Amino acid sequence: MAGTEQPTTLTGILPGESATILEFKGGQAVNNRLASLGFTPGVRVTIVQNFHSGPLIVTVRGTRVALGRGEAAKIIVEQG
Amino acid sequence: MLHSHHHIQSPARSGVQTGVDEPLIALVGQPNMGKSTLFNLLTGLNQHVGNWPGKTVEHREGHFMGGTARLVDLPGTYSLTANSPEEVITREFILREKPGVVVAVVSAANLERSLYLVAELTALNAPLVVALNMMDVAAQEGIQVEAHVLEAALGVPVIPMVAAKASGVSRMLQVVEDVLAGKIIPCPNTPEVRSDHKEMLNQIEELIEAHVPDPYPLNWVSLKLLEGDIEVTRMIQQALPAADWQKVHDILRQHDDAYMAVASGRYQWISRMLSAAMHRPHKGQIGLTERLDRWAVHPFWGLVILALILGTVYALTFAVGAPIQAWLDQTIIIPLGDLAASTLSGAPLWVRGMIVDGLIGGVGSVLTFLPILVIFFAAFAFLEDVGYMARAAYVMDSFMHVMGLHGKSFLPLFLGFGCNVPAVMGTRVIDSRPARLVTIMIAPFVPCTARMAVIAFIAPAFFGENAVWVSWGLVLLSLVVLVLSGTLLNKIFFKGERSAFIMEMPLYHVPNARTIGLSVWQRSLSFVRKAGTAILAMALLVWVFSYLPNGDLNTSYLAQFGKFLEPVGSWMGFDWRLMVSLITSFPAKENIVATLGVLFGSSADSGLTGMLAANYSTATALALLVVTVLFIPCISTVAVQKQETNSWGWTLLGIALMLGVSFAAGAATYHIGLVMGLG
Repeated sequence: MAGTEQPTTLTGILPGESATILEFKGGQAVNNRLASLGFTPGVRVTIVQNFHSGPLIVTVRGTRVALGRGEAAKIIVEQG
Repeated sequence: MLHSHHHIQSPARSGVQTGVDEPLIALVGQPNMGKSTLFNLLTGLNQHVGNWPGKTVEHREGHFMGGTARLVDLPGTYSLTANSPEEVITREFILREKPGVVVAVVSAANLERSLYLVAELTALNAPLVVALNMMDVAAQEGIQVEAHVLEAALGVPVIPMVAAKASGVSRMLQVVEDVLAGKIIPCPNTPEVRSDHKEMLNQIEELIEAHVPDPYPLNWVSLKLLEGDIEVTRMIQQALPAADWQKVHDILRQHDDAYMAVASGRYQWISRMLSAAMHRPHKGQIGLTERLDRWAVHPFWGLVILALILGTVYALTFAVGAPIQAWLDQTIIIPLGDLAASTLSGAPLWVRGMIVDGLIGGVGSVLTFLPILVIFFAAFAFLEDVGYMARAAYVMDSFMHVMGLHGKSFLPLFLGFGCNVPAVMGTRVIDSRPARLVTIMIAPFVPCTARMAVIAFIAPAFFGENAVWVSWGLVLLSLVVLVLSGTLLNKIFFKGERSAFIMEMPLYHVPNARTIGLSVWQRSLSFVRKAGTAILAMALLVWVFSYLPNGDLNTSYLAQFGKFLEPVGSWMGFDWRLMVSLITSFPAKENIVATLGVLFGSSADSGLTGMLAANYSTATALALLVVTVLFIPCISTVAVQKQETNSWGWTLLGIALMLGVSFAAGAATYHIGLVMGLG
């Protein structure tokens, strides 16, 4: 995927790696739900599981959250 | 999750309750915080489960503190923004009913996120008490929380507890009493919006200040406008003069990222609250959840584990449930029927028939299904309480995508193997309406225990030792039809759109017997009330039509109707007797066997299987089995479909779909059978 420090989406981060959220490209209803589960710009998330297809699992603010691949693809992050 | 017809007076509409002096306490919390465990602990069996008026959201209420105080369990929500009815119910209740104490349940193991709801609650000006639950799980995950430090930071009482072990509860009750008596006055420290949006918030507050309707706090309304809350936006648009609304609208348009500033402000506040109160000395520690999840959510092993768990639940249900079912039938239903028959020997024939065949037969079908359902509910509640269900939803997500659904729809469908009624009700876990409607429509294609019982009776009559394979084939066929129907419905009605899949994966924890027990109790009670009354009423109705006009089923109105339908039946190789049996399966599926027994004048235990084999070809039998698994669901399922969709259109569409699919599949099976020489 894109090199480090280049903005990418959450789907491009490998398991065990961390990323910082930059912005959200989804609709506001989804973004509101993401925010209530801890996803806000600037927060660091760690990818627990990310195979090439299917949903991801990320740890955000100490909580494990499953995210559909489509939803994760709309979260812009910076690796590290 | 379930609905009972127990009517609960609407607290949202009637401020006045019977006991005016009775203090009202509300429990709030995010999902997976142990809120229900605490509610069950406080109220025990002294609770009612129903629905919030006009909503398909569970309403739980009970009495506690020696029956002197009312406790309302508000729906579990992550935030108070109007994303679903749950959030609206929670905030409206707190604002309008003004509970004497609002107990916010948070998890010590998940503090950063669970305080988000507390951050929202502080803006509602309610007397807040924080129940810091799951101290044991936190310790197990290597997290230390100092309750008194948190209490000082928040400005509201914080009571550490382990609700599952009933520890810390007496202290909480004492604090609740002190707050009610005015000895403790919580003054919560409130979060602010992120600094770059403060000015915008002030502008909006000035514009709307004079127009905010009672009982909404000005600051809260302004924040919700920034967050883009649909309901609050609509309310303020109506309350404001058009020119002022235009100004508000313009400000909001310029800052379309304001919702993130509000959320970030809350999380900054939470970090300040936690900086001194929470420690995580062993940061790299691998918790139990992480170790278990390496297997449970693995794309391959996760599916294997799920299949093993489902197989075990199913096997257990039948291994334990079927003998109890048979025992109930032998020791209660049959003797009861005999007793009624002999007691009523002097009564007119129709009275005897109605009571023995109609009433007791109907009660029998409800009662004998209960053991299987209780075991199934218990297994389901156990997996839910341990935290496994979210994993099942996760591993099934990719598969559910085929139908435009996501993993959460899998849970109610799984429940459908026990009974379709709780499956339809269980769709409440799905957040989007399109996904929920599709799931409600396809849930009856999951072969329930009642249909499997019919198959288990008819298949051996024709296929002997191969009956097992035929049964498996039928289950597979139903699931294929389920997937095809789901895909089609989604394509036609929702243009293939898919709802977002965002789901918390809770920490695994030791199951709580009380939580599981009460869940089983309430679901069973709800089934008996709902299904029981529907089955009974239909059983009586069908009996009446099978009796009139002259007491002989073969010449009854029902038989005449069956003969009228015979031309349709002939497509599938059915005669009028099979059509009549199908009609009588509407109250309860297992009636098919009972009706055939009456029509052939022999009971199920004696010669019925032989009679069937002698009267019908293998092709007809196959068609009958196919139609049975795919036919319109029982009356109870249709009733909850109507209740949960809140629409006759969708309910009738569901019936039409299943009628069409079952007859088409039946006719195809019959003709293929004929071609293969099974005529």
